[in-house]
Amino acid sequence: MSTERGRIQISGFDTDGIEDQDSLDAWSESEADELESRWRKIVSSIVRDRLALGGFAVVAVMSIAALLSQPISVGGFTVQPFSIVPYDPTQTGVGARYAAPSLSHPMGTDRLGRDLFSRVVTGGRYSISIGLIVTALAASFGVIYGSISGYFGGRVDEVLMRILDVVFAFPGLVLALILVALFGGGFWPLVGAFALVGWATYARIIRGEILKVKQNEYVMAAKALGARDRSVIFRHVIPNAIAPVIVQATLSIGTVVIGVAALGFLGLGFDPGTPEWGTILDAESDTLATGAGGTWDWWATVFPGLMIFLFVMSMNIIGDAVNDALDAQVDDIGGGG
Amino acid sequence: MSLQKFILKRILASVPVLFGVSVVTFALMHITPGDIVDQLVAANPNVPSHEAARLRREFGLDQPVWVQYLDWMQGVLTGDFGEVYSSSRDVSAVVLARLPETIALGLFGWVFAILIAIPGGIYAAVNKDQLGDTVSRFVALSGISIPNFWLGLMLMAVFAVQLDWFPTLDPQTSLLSPSMLWWLILPGVTIGTAAAANMMRIMRTSMAEELNKEYVTAARAKGLPERTVILKHVLRNSLISVTTVAAFLTASIVAGSVVVETVFGWPGLGRELIDAVHLREINLILAITLFTGFFIVLANLLADIVYALLDPRIRDEY
Repeated sequence: MSTERGRIQISGFDTDGIEDQDSLDAWSESEADELESRWRKIVSSIVRDRLALGGFAVVAVMSIAALLSQPISVGGFTVQPFSIVPYDPTQTGVGARYAAPSLSHPMGTDRLGRDLFSRVVTGGRYSISIGLIVTALAASFGVIYGSISGYFGGRVDEVLMRILDVVFAFPGLVLALILVALFGGGFWPLVGAFALVGWATYARIIRGEILKVKQNEYVMAAKALGARDRSVIFRHVIPNAIAPVIVQATLSIGTVVIGVAALGFLGLGFDPGTPEWGTILDAESDTLATGAGGTWDWWATVFPGLMIFLFVMSMNIIGDAVNDALDAQVDDIGGGG
Repeated sequence: MSLQKFILKRILASVPVLFGVSVVTFALMHITPGDIVDQLVAANPNVPSHEAARLRREFGLDQPVWVQYLDWMQGVLTGDFGEVYSSSRDVSAVVLARLPETIALGLFGWVFAILIAIPGGIYAAVNKDQLGDTVSRFVALSGISIPNFWLGLMLMAVFAVQLDWFPTLDPQTSLLSPSMLWWLILPGVTIGTAAAANMMRIMRTSMAEELNKEYVTAARAKGLPERTVILKHVLRNSLISVTTVAAFLTASIVAGSVVVETVFGWPGLGRELIDAVHLREINLILAITLFTGFFIVLANLLADIVYALLDPRIRDEY
């Protein structure tokens, strides 16, 4: 670009104008290429990070296993016919009560003789799908809210931010717990509760980014050209401020998974007997009280918790890698400019 | 801006937030389907409708919502949160009895977090990209990822039940006696783990950043021992970024208390909240929610003031 500097052109006076048009096209194309290569760079830096790749593999295996564990039907119509777990997770008496892990029951059985492996693999369904849906909902709403606040500034910003302060005054888990306690549990109420609690973080992050981006000349240029606010926000401001939101979204899936399991553990959210990680732990937690010298049926509490831990750990490793990748991007741009 | 002026402005800014917290809490009670009289009628269908109307009048439920809110706020401001239906005790008496237990647990969690995170973060930053840093990064990541209820169960199973090092029963002594420490260690470690891990990561990042700055090179160049450079100069600046997340970490400890107290049978506010939820004790739920909100607004206020004390530039930005 620097070679172009100082060259003043008055279009319509010479044939170079047509050439300029061409070069402008080329320029905007190269911007698209740059954006694409930016994503490719992020992906390739994650692939190079072996740990992150391992985390991704764990998340993928657990999610797919949970999806295929039992058939899913929507309104009487079977959408997913596979059933890869060895036993029906809610079927009692498929083995002895508290049978230790063996070949036929890799994770042992629980107090009603249900197969823990089948329960734990299926259990991922609840937490993982709620984590994904909540993150999508909360991030979309939070980004719109925060963008409006940051872009318009002034009194709008002041009012919207005070509302945000109120949301932040309640610890997320406590607010979700109270919402579920007041409105009842189940899949969609849990989604609603965690989405209502989660959006505020995204709003705060994107607002901060937008305050920075707003200073850039291309935003002023777009405004000066008469672009409408909505198109400035969606086409120019958000795409340039979104990176930290992506990092937060990756990390927040794990937080929601733990939150859902915590409510399950507290006996809220799901019916007892539901093969959900936290609910299983709640039901089996009395196996700890063995008395002095008693044997501890450790598998009943170790495996469900280990699954939550593995999934969240993998998700956080991915989040860290995405963070590093995006940070590297910012450094690159800074260094190149 | 002078510090006094900053603190005053910051306190004034908290007032609308506190007001909002009370409105949200009150609204939660009123958007749920059915009021207390509906519940009574559901429990005893023989109540005639004129009796239900009389009860509504008595409870003030026939008034406009804003009148009800003002009535409720008047009670709250004079410390009257109503009574617990099942035991007829004052809600405020129950909350005050449980509060010290939760504060003791939370403080223990905080102290544990600081004792682990600050040295851990310094060690990781000084040995950046070496084996020790990688190991501590992995440990911190595990601390963030482990569900606190499961960690609590596992600690209890191994150290209290199997090894019998710690008591498993509810605390038997008064809160301030030294032997209370035995009851506090396991739940305190459980509640502090996530905060410790979070703080350690922040400490490592900010310290590694500070170490690259020119004043560090200057301090080293003038021949100061590395120990002095790190503990006197770098540490102070790195701690500033830890204070910015102190309020956030406090909120996570408060949320953790709900779960951890239930796991360990700790007689604090968190367990009281869960019991209240299961018994649908609306007055108690509201009081604990409101109290939690006020406490976190206060924690935010304190964190900002400490931040402004440590870094005078902040005062002007507000």
